[in-house]
Formats: sequence, C-alpha cells, structure tokens
Amino acid sequence: MATYKEIPLTGYRRDNGRVGIRNHVLIISVDDISNAAVEGVTRLIRGTMALPHPYGRLQFGADLNLTFNTLIGTGMNPNVAAVVVIGIEPNWTDYIVSAIAKTGKPAIGFSIERSGDLKTIEKASWKAKEFVHYASELPRVPIDWKEIWVSTKCGESDTTSGLASNPTVGRVFERLEKNGNTLIFGETTEVTGAEDKIMEQCATPEVAAQFKAAFDNYQELVESQGVSLLGTQPTEGNIRGGLSTIEEKALGNVEKMGRCTVASFLQPAEAPRGPGLHFMDSSSAAAEMVTLCCAAGAVLHLFTTGQGNIIGNPVEPVIKLSANPLTVATMSEHIDVDISGLLRFEYNLDGAADRTMEMMSHTINGRLTCAETLRHDEFVLTKLYRSA
Amino acid sequence: MKKGVLLHDAADDVGVAAMDLKVGEEVEAVTLEGKLVAQVKLFEDVPLGHKVAMRDMASEKHILEYGRAIGYAVAPIAAGEHVHVHNIQSLRWAASKSKVLEH
Repeated sequence: MATYKEIPLTGYRRDNGRVGIRNHVLIISVDDISNAAVEGVTRLIRGTMALPHPYGRLQFGADLNLTFNTLIGTGMNPNVAAVVVIGIEPNWTDYIVSAIAKTGKPAIGFSIERSGDLKTIEKASWKAKEFVHYASELPRVPIDWKEIWVSTKCGESDTTSGLASNPTVGRVFERLEKNGNTLIFGETTEVTGAEDKIMEQCATPEVAAQFKAAFDNYQELVESQGVSLLGTQPTEGNIRGGLSTIEEKALGNVEKMGRCTVASFLQPAEAPRGPGLHFMDSSSAAAEMVTLCCAAGAVLHLFTTGQGNIIGNPVEPVIKLSANPLTVATMSEHIDVDISGLLRFEYNLDGAADRTMEMMSHTINGRLTCAETLRHDEFVLTKLYRSA
Repeated sequence: MKKGVLLHDAADDVGVAAMDLKVGEEVEAVTLEGKLVAQVKLFEDVPLGHKVAMRDMASEKHILEYGRAIGYAVAPIAAGEHVHVHNIQSLRWAASKSKVLEH
C-alpha cells in the first residue's frame, strides 16, 4: 500500500462544513489606500496576515465585481479562521464583511474616513488580537481526503512538464476525482491547440459550449490587440527544450487534467458547486491564477514547473513539483516534490503520484511548503480592464 | 538494453528522450506506466526532452503524441530520427495558411 494512505489527515472544520488546512487571521484591504493601515495591524499583532493589493478604487462593472469576489472568496476560504477588513469608506467595507460572515467565521470591518489611519489601526488591532486568540484555540480534527479542494496550474514549463510533472498531477487528479474531491484547473490562455481535448472531456455539451465561448472570447481579445498567438507559440525557449508546435505545448499542459471529466465551467473566482474537476476561466499568469483558485475555495495547490517558477500564495499553500534534474538541483529550496526519478525510470507514473500525495498529506497536516517558508505570499488580483 | 524513451501513449508516433541520447544507441521505449512498447535505434543525437520517431513516416502524415496529432510531417521521417521544427509543423499554423492536408 502506498505510504500516503497510512497517514491520518487533520484539518480545521469550519462552521459552513468546509475543511481548511491552515488557520490564518487575515487583515484584508478593500482598496489600495488602505494597505498602510492593514500592514500597520499586522506589524502590531502576531499571528495575523496582511492582504494588501493595488486596486479597489474606481473600478466598475465586471472588473469591480471580480476584485470584490476575489477579496470575498479569499476571506471565505476555509484556510482562514477570521477576517478583519479595512477600507477607506464604510459601504464597500461592509459589503465585503457581510459576504465573508455568511460562512459563520468571525469577520469585522473598519473604515478609515472620519477616523484616520492611526485610530483605525488601534480599533482593528484590538479585534485582530481577539481573533488571534480565537483562532489559536481552534483544534485540528480528523478529516477525510475528499474534503480537500485542490487546484493546479503549471509555470515556466519545459518538456519535462508535459513528459512527467503534468501527467503526475493528472494521475493524482484521477485518483482524487474517483475519491469525490473537488478539483480546479484552468488557464484559458494556455490551452490553444488542446481545446478540442478539453471539450471532449466535458460532462455535457453545455459545459463544453461555455468553455468554448470563454476560449473564443480570449482568442478575439488577443487578435484585437494585433497579436498572433500562432506566431509566438511555442516560444524560443520552448523550442530549445524540444517543443515543436503549439498543439504539443497545449497537450502537455492539459495532461494535468488526466482522464477526469470536466464537471462544470466556472467564472474567475467562482466556487464549484459540487465534486469533480472544474475548468475556471483564468489567466496563465501564475500568481493571478492561484489567487483566483484560492478565492474559489481551493485549499491546496499543485504547481508543476520545468525551468523553475517560484510562486506562492498567502492563503492557499502551493506545492511545487518538478521533473527537471537541473531545476531540482539548482533551485532545490523551491521544489517540494522532486519527480526527476520518473525520467531515470526509477518509478512509473503511479510512483510519482504516490510521492506527490505523500507530500500533500504532510502539507495538509501542517508542514509548511517551500513557498510558505520562503515568504512567497503572492496575492495578485486579475484586472479585466482599466479603471474609470 | 537500457530504457531511454518515454511514450505518453503506446500508439504514439514519437517518444520523448528521457536523457541525452547518442547516434547509434539502441534504447527501449516505455510508457509512463512502465510498459515496454518498442526498441528504437538512434539515427542521430537527440537531447533530453526532444522527440524521437518511433517509426518511418511519410511527408504530410499527422504526427501522434499524447494519442493526438501535434502537427504533420513536412518531410519523410525515419524511425530513430530527431523530430522537431525542421521536419514537423503545426496543423493550426497550416490551417491558418489554408493549406489542405490529408490524414
């Protein structure tokens, strides 16, 4: 029996039934000008984490909604025990607080207008301190594998990604799908050449049509900027690594979905409504994509890399896998799971998946990932268009 | 005989060099599951991560990897040959230039 099956799992069971593997007290900025106050609170109170970001003012329409849905989703994420929200004015601040509070977790907001930064920091710090006492008393309890929502994305890919690390995630996802887990993948911008394969694996024609519409929308956006994808993919670096065509690059990317069925199509930051694998319309920029997965409710991320992308996320731990022997040797502080043995024929795909799930077990139980220890807390909002 | 080539799908036209392979070397091609599929003799050097032809292929044939077409041959390709941008091309790219191709 594979070792990972013998490791009992523990996590934090939240009031809404979801399970988290971390227990953060977040201090969230509603907008760019509240970052100073948010960071002021985290400097004063141990055990808090700031989520500063550069947006939130004069956005409108879908772009504004996506920013707020990302902030709300991140606060709702079961890896978060409690939330303090700080914004310049009360309306938007309350909007975010009340949405997060629906999970049942402690959430409170402070607005800076009519108080100033210093009084706001004082009031918010008292609450943050109370929340830290609350969170630090919450016990880890036994949980089941199927309660872990997992997301995936690849970055700085090379031929070892399509050859080894992406199929390894695919195998892990096949096992988790069978187990009843909720899974997320995406990267609308990187699947050109493999969109037919994704459509064939969609559960229904409706899901396939929704995916295709998002895919076509992206293609039109690229063309409207006067850019030709076909002329730029694969990149010079990809070609040096052995990738010959855009189809080959995309097929290597979507190996991460394994033979799973795409149960539904999600808007950016939208939470899945049931188990199975879900495609989320998302950028391929690593930090943006993982931030959206976290906002959608994923608690653990599998990130495959060839040449060595070093991304992390403040709330959703990012486990990094690489099969590139040079990357695992020269950037070892970033790689959680070295599966280069697959290329040396030391084990097969199931062996690589076992190793990955063993590291997932330890990470679920509290082991910090490389990105967590190295303070890779990339929280990056996806901007759809310019602000007013 | 040493293992040297990985196949995504047992029926693929190309395998991927799992290490730097040298001309004249004979290696086994196995699937990711570890199943032996074929032996191939290297017609030329193929570096790690690059593709090796598993069989002789005529010009314009669709090239299968991952069990799907990743492009088509723009020249005849012999078993053991390095398969890359010099002898295959994207079908997407071809389609964008309205080139008609037979399977």
